[in-house]
Parts: sequence; structure tokens; C-alpha cells
Amino acid sequence: MSSIKEQFVVPQKLKTWSYVLIAIGLVAFFTGLFLKGFSKNEEEQAVFIATIMYNTIFWTLVCNASMFFICVTTLAMGGWQQSFRRIPEAISTLVPVFGTITLSVLLFVVLTHKHAIYHWLDDEAVLHDTILKGKSGFLNVKFFVIWTTLAIGLWSFLGYRMRQLSNEANLAVMDSISGSRFIFQNTVRASMFLAWFGLTVGSTIPWLWMMSIDPHWYSTMYSWYTFASSFVSGISLIALWLIYLKNKGYLELTSQEHLHDIGKFMFAFSIFWTYLWFSQYMLIWYANIPEETVYFKTRVQGAFKGIFFFNLIVNFLCPLLILMKRAAKRNYTIVTFMAVLIIFGHWIDFYQMVIGSVSRNAVTLGWLDFGILSFFVGVMIFGVSNALSKKSLIPLYHPFLKESIIHHT
Amino acid sequence: MAQKKFVVGCFDDEAVLFPALKKVRTAGYKIHDIYTPFAVHGLDHAMGLRETSLHTAGFIYGITGTTTALSCISWIFTKDWPLNIGGKPHFALPAWIPITFELTVLFAAVGMVLTFCYLCQLAPFVKKHHFHSRATDDLFVMVIECSSSTNTDDLQGFLQKYGALETNVQVAESDWWVGRYDKIEHPFELSNNLAY
Repeated sequence: MSSIKEQFVVPQKLKTWSYVLIAIGLVAFFTGLFLKGFSKNEEEQAVFIATIMYNTIFWTLVCNASMFFICVTTLAMGGWQQSFRRIPEAISTLVPVFGTITLSVLLFVVLTHKHAIYHWLDDEAVLHDTILKGKSGFLNVKFFVIWTTLAIGLWSFLGYRMRQLSNEANLAVMDSISGSRFIFQNTVRASMFLAWFGLTVGSTIPWLWMMSIDPHWYSTMYSWYTFASSFVSGISLIALWLIYLKNKGYLELTSQEHLHDIGKFMFAFSIFWTYLWFSQYMLIWYANIPEETVYFKTRVQGAFKGIFFFNLIVNFLCPLLILMKRAAKRNYTIVTFMAVLIIFGHWIDFYQMVIGSVSRNAVTLGWLDFGILSFFVGVMIFGVSNALSKKSLIPLYHPFLKESIIHHT
Repeated sequence: MAQKKFVVGCFDDEAVLFPALKKVRTAGYKIHDIYTPFAVHGLDHAMGLRETSLHTAGFIYGITGTTTALSCISWIFTKDWPLNIGGKPHFALPAWIPITFELTVLFAAVGMVLTFCYLCQLAPFVKKHHFHSRATDDLFVMVIECSSSTNTDDLQGFLQKYGALETNVQVAESDWWVGRYDKIEHPFELSNNLAY
């Protein structure tokens, strides 16, 4: 296989871009820190912290969604993703990096008792509040710290084990016995990751990290909604890297057929996200109980109205209408455009989920948000390209590789 | 309704069928259809069939369903029979979304099934000529339409050269008809003796 380019070399231009983006992000961070972070105004300070919070949570969950993609296709005995599986693997190497940032931000918030973000940290208020008292078994500092640490640690560790196993696919040709043992080991490790993923991203973590900003409000849909958001962005991110590598002349074994399937994922999970968006909204709208509508009050009738519906247009109408046609999902330009749009749309979604509850009366979207975003994009570009260059781009001796090469939709 | 003359070649292996199909197409013969016991991946491309427009039809049916639902419900609840339901506004869009969605799916699904049947010429009492009864069992049956200048003997030899196990010439109805199979069109009794 000498004609296949196995080794990715990071172009200098890409590196420069990532440094520039990180530098912009750091400048924005420090400016924000001095202008808002040290502010005496508690709400201004809370907005600054929350801005970092939703960015880091968004990117942690998006990168973690890549590992979810690998594990879920592994368990489904999928073969088609093998020719580009190094991309999601490389993206998931960022889970420990972004996870550490998330952990430190969240620990800072919880351990220094920032009431303006998590109202349930205020012991005095909890004491006189029957609803918060009832939730105190779940919403307390000890549980928050332990569960958050465990979640990020195990995502990183189980993902690392999955990637380690994937390296074996480049060591030696496998016969039927070692091949089936390899596949079995893959399914075992994938199911371990997925079980933990279900306990965290699929249920508790979004409640703990983001829903508890509105401690009186609750929605069981919330975690799935967050998961759908992060998964569809994760798939879009994989699509972007796939197209980038194809443009640079790598991934000869990956074709339009694979892009088509990724496009289907982007389309389908945009619809899935909308389904959850609507299910969460309609039940609360119909029942019209004050303690439930509190979340939507600021968003549908308050300051966040514009962003709330813009969110729906970008994340539902655009994918629905633009990605519907078969030709669109096979077109590199359209998929690139839609991937960027979807990632941006769900970033805005995370923005309104967090800031909509911290700063109820004013939309704060501005230079700080885009600055912090630029930091995370820079780190993502740097980290993923670095991880891609460390390994062979193709799992040469993976038993399912042939299935991926002849993949046909 | 027109009787046409066909040359039929039967293959028992996809690996033989595909190269033979390529030869037949490059030789310029007109393929009427290929009957297979199961869906063969890539055969439509090899035959040079155009992409189906069934999905465009599906989109139109879906849009029709959406419009029907929205216009019908909004007319009923705002003009024809306004009701106060839990103090909600008469034009209560979120409450209508599930019904709108259901009708979209229903219209698209039923419409596409019927269109599919029409395109495949499948309907109750509609009959088509069976070129070979083993096409539903274990043979890939390639049917080539003859023109006035086609030498059927040459063509049969050509097919046999590229791996056809069995070849014959049939004069048969090319289209569907409503009615029943007449005596000669007894597909499951006279399978191999249809050649005239």
C-alpha cells in the first residue's frame, strides 16, 4: 500500500492559524477577566464565568460525542467508519484537555460558592426553600464535585482504552481467530464507555452542570436535548476534518459514500434535536404551570426571544431544507457549509441554555463570547491535527477495513 | 398493449451476470429488464437506469400533508368552531404540530407506497408476463428486447458465450394488462417451454 498516504503532516499554515486563534482567545480572556471577572458587580462577574462555562462544557461534550460515535458504531458492528475512524479518535483525545478546563471552572464555581450562577449553593436560601431542600440530596457540593470528577475522568480513561485498542489494528495482519478476538475486545470496551456515557451525558451531567442554574426548574428531556445538541455538532466536526483531510489529499479510501452517511447523521440528528426541543417546549406550554414555565419565560417572551427562535431556524429549518436532497449530502461544499452552521447553531443553543438563566434581562453575546470560542477552536485545531499526525491515518489491518473501502450507500 | 419479441438469458451467479450485462450493453442491445430473486446491489447502475424520482414525489406528498393539516385545523379552530381550551389562544400552533407531523408522514407514506406500486406496475388484478418462473427462486433472468434487425440466434450464442445457462426466445406482452393469465400464460406450469 505504498500509494496510500498514511501519515498526516500538519501544515504550517494550520498551526499558525491555531496559534492565532488561541492568542485571540487568551487576549479576550484576560481582557474579560480584568473588565468583568474582577468586577464588584456580582451579576457581571457571573456572566463572565458562565461564558467560559458554556464554552468549555460545549467543547468537552462535542469532543466526547466523537468517542460516542466510535463506540456506538463499534457496538453496531459497523464497518463503514473504519476508513476515517482516526478522525473521531483524534477529536476525542481532547476530552482530557477540555475536561480539565471544565473541571477547574466548575470546581472554582462550586468551591467558592458563586450563588449568582448556582443558586442551590446558597445554604441560607436552601434552608427556607422546600423545593431546593427536596433536591439537596442531588444538588450539593459533595455530590457535584465527586460526580463531575468521576465523569470527566472516566470519559477520558475509557476513551483512552478504546484508542489504545485501535492501535493494534496497525501492528500485524489478523487471522480469523485474532481478528474476532480483537472485535470482541472492541465491543467490550465500547460498551463500557457507552454505559458510563448513558449514566452521565445521557442523564445526570447536563442536569448537574447546566439545568441546576435554574434550580427550581426541571425537565427530564434536558439531558437528551443536550446530548442531541452535542452529538450533531460532533458529527459535523468529524465531517469538517474529513473534508479538510480529503482536500489535502489524504484519506484516499474515504469517498463520497462515507460523506453521504455522515450527512445523513447530520440531517437525522438535527431532526432528533428538534423533536426533543419541541417535546420539552410543548408539554410545558400546554400545562402552563408557573414553576415549569419559568425557564421559557425569559426565552420566549423576554430578552432572549430573538436568539431562541434564531436557534430553531439554524438548527432545524436549515438542515431540514438544505440537507434533505441526496445530492446535497454528497456535495463537499454544502456539507462544509452546513457543518459550520450546525456547530455555530448549537454553540448558540448552549449560549442561551446557560446565559439565558444567568443574565435574564440582557443578551450578552459579544466580543467575549466569540473570543472564548476562538480559544477553544484554536485548541481544537491544534490538538486534533497533532493527534492525527501521531498515528497512521488508516487502521490497515482492521478486520472491517475492506467493508469500509467497498462501502456503498 | 403490444406483443414484442424478447431474447431471454438465465444466469445463476451475480459474478457472471455483471460482466455479461456489460458486454450486452456495449454491444448495443436494448435491455428490457433483469429479474432477480433478490435485490442486487449496484445492478441499477450497471443497467444504466436513471435515479428514481420517488423521493421527489414523497416530498410533494409530505408538503401536501403539512398544508392540509395546517389549513384544516386553523380554519376549524379560528373560523368554523372556535373553542376555549384551557385559556389557550385560538391559533395555538404548538398544539397542532403533532397532528401536522402525523399527517405529513401519513400523506408521504401512503402516497409513496401507491406511487411505488404504480411505477412497479403492481396492483390487484394486474398481470405481467413471467419470462422465467425461477426468477423468483434462484436465477437471474436477463430479458433483451429485439428489434426487427436482431438475429436471435446470434444473440443467444452471445449470451451463452458469456455464461448464460439457458437461453430462449419469447414473443410476449411487454406491458401489464388487467385480467387473467390465458392458457399460454400459465407461469408456474409451463416455465421452460415458453419458447415459440
